Amino acid sequence: MSKTTTNGLLRFTTAGSVDDGKSTLIGRLLYDSKSIFEDQLESIKNESTQKGINGPDLSLLTDGLRAEREQGITIDVAYRYFATPRRKFIIADTPGHIQYTRNMVTGASTADLAIILIDARHGLLEQTNRHSFIASLLGLRHLVVCVNKMDLVDYDEARYREIVKEYKSFSSRLDITDITFIPISALLGDNVVDKSNQMNWYEGSTLLHHLEHVHVGSDRNLQDCRFPIQYVVRPQTDEHRDFRGYAGRIASGVFKPGDKILALPSGKESTIKGITLGNEQLERAFPPLSVTMTLEDDIDISRGDMLVRMNNQPDVVNELDARVCWLGEKPLNTSSRFILRHLTNEVQAKVTEILYCIDINTLHRDEENKTVATNDIARIKIKTASPVLTDSYRKNRTTGAFILVDPSTHLTVAAGVVG
Amino acid sequence: MTELYNLDHLTELEAESIFVMREVAAQFDRPAILFSGGKDSIVVTHLAMKAFAPARIPMPLVHIDTGHNFPETIAFRNNLIQDMGANLIVGSVQDTINQGKVQEETGSNASRNKLQTTTLIDTIEENRFDACVGGARRDEEKSRAKERFFSHRDDFSQWDPKNQRPELWNLFNGMHAPGEHFRVFPLNNWTELDVWNYILKEKIELPSLYFSHERECIRREGQILAMSDFLKLRAGEKPEMMRIRFRTLGDLTITGAFESEADTLEKIIEEVAATRITERGGRMDDKRSSSAMEDRKKDGYF
Ligand SMILES: Nc1nc2c(ncn2[C@@H]2O[C@H](COP(=O)(O)OP(=O)(O)OP(=O)(O)O)[C@@H](O)[C@H]2O)c(=O)[nH]1
Ligand SMILES: [Mg+2]
Repeated sequence: MSKTTTNGLLRFTTAGSVDDGKSTLIGRLLYDSKSIFEDQLESIKNESTQKGINGPDLSLLTDGLRAEREQGITIDVAYRYFATPRRKFIIADTPGHIQYTRNMVTGASTADLAIILIDARHGLLEQTNRHSFIASLLGLRHLVVCVNKMDLVDYDEARYREIVKEYKSFSSRLDITDITFIPISALLGDNVVDKSNQMNWYEGSTLLHHLEHVHVGSDRNLQDCRFPIQYVVRPQTDEHRDFRGYAGRIASGVFKPGDKILALPSGKESTIKGITLGNEQLERAFPPLSVTMTLEDDIDISRGDMLVRMNNQPDVVNELDARVCWLGEKPLNTSSRFILRHLTNEVQAKVTEILYCIDINTLHRDEENKTVATNDIARIKIKTASPVLTDSYRKNRTTGAFILVDPSTHLTVAAGVVG
Repeated sequence: MTELYNLDHLTELEAESIFVMREVAAQFDRPAILFSGGKDSIVVTHLAMKAFAPARIPMPLVHIDTGHNFPETIAFRNNLIQDMGANLIVGSVQDTINQGKVQEETGSNASRNKLQTTTLIDTIEENRFDACVGGARRDEEKSRAKERFFSHRDDFSQWDPKNQRPELWNLFNGMHAPGEHFRVFPLNNWTELDVWNYILKEKIELPSLYFSHERECIRREGQILAMSDFLKLRAGEKPEMMRIRFRTLGDLTITGAFESEADTLEKIIEEVAATRITERGGRMDDKRSSSAMEDRKKDGYF
């Protein structure tokens, strides 16, 4: 509820196995940072009393669905917003249960940082590993590993060190280098907002302090100019008879009026005449702005096409080498047809080869395993009916991401990254 | 150098919402904006104008008229429609009642809030809308906190919160069978304070009800309700003049007012930033049970 912020916006997600304390932690974070409104607190206090719980059950702050409150688990991701004088936060609290991995992927796909919770009594579980790997696959560059429920292991330093060691050995095979460890009790608030006086052996910062100060090098790519056309604006009024504007959101790079551009896949060239946002003329456009561009020449461009620079072009391909997280209920069937949705483009696609699945506990490639079942992560080859304009996901989190949709059920069955 | 490319977060939110509006226009055949006359749907309409400028917005505005509106809301709506040159479609709860499809609630707590759902669904079916854009935000309420940007509704307009489609990055999947539709929420990531700050920044006009004014009201169960023909007075209730404003605009019968001197946007923003009660805390419709909103949403409510 603070009004001014200085450190910009941080989007983060929770992750980890079921019951490790994710929702309780978010509740604690909001509660101790005084970000809960009186009527919200009142209502969860009443509900907690009814359930016979002492003190407010803080997980009820994010577990907002009836079924979640009845079962005491998170089913779908909840988004919460809060701000401290230092920073504004968007939190995605995701479910730990394997059955709802698709919702964890949903929450993580737009996050910059993930908080991985581990129950100090149980150590690393399969879902801890899966979620860590998914965070890495989705290009999150920052992890905070919270060893939770320290109150249940007598705030024992040795136990904490043991889990840290185990996680470090596991994570050496991940693509993430910035990993911070914090021993906490979400239930009692140790090291969440306020420093614990039970763990004097821990000298690092509290979770909130870390979140306020962590430097999240911007994901924005200002080098490679990519403008996917989303919608063509044609007013067809007397005043704007011949107006043709190309509307879209800048994926990466900086565009200015006067720049020479190339339209893909047609290969036609032109020059940017103007860039507008509403009625305002812009001198430059960059991610993540949504703008409308006009060109000097009348060339045929439509939704799904892309404006780029001549000397820096994406790959124009019919075949993709990709890693996917399979979200469909049935295993991937290589004889099925899919719709591949990439940027503003939609094309027919089929999976031509399954290269390997990842063994989630060892992170080794299992080349024998060619069955991609729900929640599996695999490397596959995809063929598309018409060309797509991609970059590798590592280089570009916007132009390197896609989903697969099953045309018979209309459901989203895979999250994919190129390369 | 990089300073030049830093955006304040309102500009980022605006860019996201404009992207969502354009995605609606591109992916659906018969989209519409659900326009309540409240600040959030006014902001959605403003964003739509920016998204498609200099063209007109390529979808109609739909107002579900309970017949219990503040007259100020209706006047504001009509002016806005005229200025924009937009197409307005009105679904009338009174008509739904006259057709015998729903029964008016009785008693001193009666409201038409729940009845709206039937009118809304009928209007969607009659007009064969395949996407309805609304101004709801995730920070409003705990089941809304679970919403996707593109939220699927089945053939009966029902929401299945336990089985939502995954939504990755901003790759929105709007595929659906005939008869199904989507509810779309471009303001999902906005907070109440963001909305107010944006209204100030963009100088967006609002109904006068949001600003402090003198009005005849009554106090009931810790709430202040505006006097109107639709409010049935209980024994002992006496209307009095108060200086109030509204934080949200729903029906006359359920929208709580509160005493305030805030008569400018700047003062409102100060007030909102300091408040300790949620925006919907003043609404009788949410007070009926702890899952009141989820239950209504499952049935097809806004
Ligand atoms: N003693 C103790 N209990 C805790 C702590 N954190 C969470 N719990 C309890 O652990 C249980 C599960 O907590 P949740 O916050 O719902 O777990 P979760 O990780 O959100 O679970 P899912 O979302 O379903 O995956 C609850 O009964 C909490 O009260 C802690 O630090 N100490
Ligand atoms: Mg949870």
